Amino acid sequence: MEVQLHLIDYIIMVIYFVFVLGIGWFLRKYMKDAKQFLEAGRSLPAWVTGLAFISTNLGALEVMGMTGSAAKYGMLTTHFYWIGAIPAMVFLAIFMMRFYYGSKARSVPEFLKLRFDEKTRALNAILFAVMTIMASGISMYALALLMEKVLGWNFNISLWLSAAIVLAYTYLGGLSSAIYNEVLQFFIILIGLLPIVILALMEVGGWSGLKEGLAPIATQKGFAPDTLTTTWKYTGAANANPMGVKWYGIFAGLGFVLSFGYWCTNFLIVQRAMAAESTTAARKTPLIGALPKMFIPFLIIVPGIVALVLINNPGSGFSIMENGKPNYDLTIIMLLKHYLPAGVLGVGITALLASFMSGMAGNVSAFNTVWTYDIYQSYIRPATNDAAADARHYLRVGRLATIFGVLVSIAAAYLAGLFGNIMDFLQTIFSMINAPLFAVIFLGMFWKRTTANGAFAGLFGGFLVALAHHGLTAPEGATTLVKGGWLGLLRTYPVEMAQNFWTAIYACASATLITVGLSLVTRREKTDEELKGLVYSLTPKITEENIPWLKRTNTLALLVLIIFVILSVLFW
Amino acid sequence: MLDIKIPIGLMFFVFGVILTIYGFMTKNDAELYQKSLSHNVNLWMGVLMLVFGGVMLLLVRRKKS
Repeated sequence: MEVQLHLIDYIIMVIYFVFVLGIGWFLRKYMKDAKQFLEAGRSLPAWVTGLAFISTNLGALEVMGMTGSAAKYGMLTTHFYWIGAIPAMVFLAIFMMRFYYGSKARSVPEFLKLRFDEKTRALNAILFAVMTIMASGISMYALALLMEKVLGWNFNISLWLSAAIVLAYTYLGGLSSAIYNEVLQFFIILIGLLPIVILALMEVGGWSGLKEGLAPIATQKGFAPDTLTTTWKYTGAANANPMGVKWYGIFAGLGFVLSFGYWCTNFLIVQRAMAAESTTAARKTPLIGALPKMFIPFLIIVPGIVALVLINNPGSGFSIMENGKPNYDLTIIMLLKHYLPAGVLGVGITALLASFMSGMAGNVSAFNTVWTYDIYQSYIRPATNDAAADARHYLRVGRLATIFGVLVSIAAAYLAGLFGNIMDFLQTIFSMINAPLFAVIFLGMFWKRTTANGAFAGLFGGFLVALAHHGLTAPEGATTLVKGGWLGLLRTYPVEMAQNFWTAIYACASATLITVGLSLVTRREKTDEELKGLVYSLTPKITEENIPWLKRTNTLALLVLIIFVILSVLFW
Repeated sequence: MLDIKIPIGLMFFVFGVILTIYGFMTKNDAELYQKSLSHNVNLWMGVLMLVFGGVMLLLVRRKKS
């Protein structure tokens, strides 16, 4: 299983880290106040924030997970990239972004404070801060473990060294540095994985060869021959496809609740768009991100499917077996080992390392913003009359929060090693806060009657319903309570993914019902005047009439949707 | 502010130079390229990175003048 690296591979890796740290070093002199450090001065062009937007999501766990998922479920995995992302990104761009950006809120929790009240912000800020740091810790743990397993590096050294590099460049250059490095990482992932895609397809004889190779594997599993190379065709019945979900589960669970919850309300993602230089640039950010997003499956899912063919061909010498069981998380790194000679192998491994580290940097830079503005400035030391002194003070707090965030991430990484199951469980729980959050923000933006108490109860109630659903159901054959069923067992789902979809659907639906119901019986605290710029019906519409139609945001959105439809039909 | 195209362009240009030279040096090493189905991927990717890095740097120059 070990991958042998040569001198040239290490040279490439070292050069990459020199550039990563160099970016932080060059940006340090611009970091004069908290706004520069925590919001990148709201000065970045749309193509930079757009690529960072997509790159934040292209963390290593995503690359590893999705290639592994492709080796399990085939082309069905593209649902995460098409239906599970594109409609939500277009919606964010066209309808929601202007409220986030135009409200001058510096974070998603702060938007909740402006639209609703202090307690709604506090609930969201605290949950978000804990969740991001934990996600960062889990991802670092995975990195160090992988490096130990595959490259034979010492676990502690890889953990502390990668944390030190991330700390160095986020401490020096703040959000700008994190975003710039995400753009760099985007290109290195693209170029690092490109040779595997080409070589993998060459080996199996192109797309048609791949289809032929997969047919016997699908039939052997009891599915129709083309199940693994299609996306919607076999979703008419849950047992006709390896994912075990029906089309409406994919459509409502993944395409609506999970993706809107993730793309439209997760501050980690939205923060990239908020760093853009203007409302137009902020609105274009998700759309510019959507263009490469739609083609990423060809880079990480296609090799995963080829891996499935190789796994079933004993003569290929390709294996992801670990202690007698397949470990799908190893798919991507074993593909790198299988196809790449020294030299490009270094680029591939660097791409993987890069995405781990930028994932952590993203989490840390979102954490320090929420900590500084939504917790420290709101409850510990409010702003004074001296704006210039405040800007310096909060810059210092932001920098200290960066150090603190990295240290807690390291602690979380060790905890993940000691109590892996508990961390998985907590991550599942925290993933439940996004679905109700979307319901509440959506109602807040589009229904002026939504009240603060209704929103708070919806957020909290939706979370409790998600928790209860997780506690009362379990995927088939679950052996630990971490997977669900810890309150009793009302229903079993064929696979874990189906359970997650339905948890999200119940959470979002109940949050909507609670918020609407309570809003109708509680009094509005904010006048129409106060809600201007925060609610759709009270804000002047954006007109693009004086912009040439080629440059309009709507035109770009239309282009994204057309490509989305073409791809969906092509791989139906 | 720093133009992000500069570090991107420089880094890929440097990678391109290294991989192209390495690709030439290992041109006759059949064993090394057995994995990549006998294609000299270092040379291919090296040239691709040189072009990509070069285009990025050209874009920076054009913007300045």
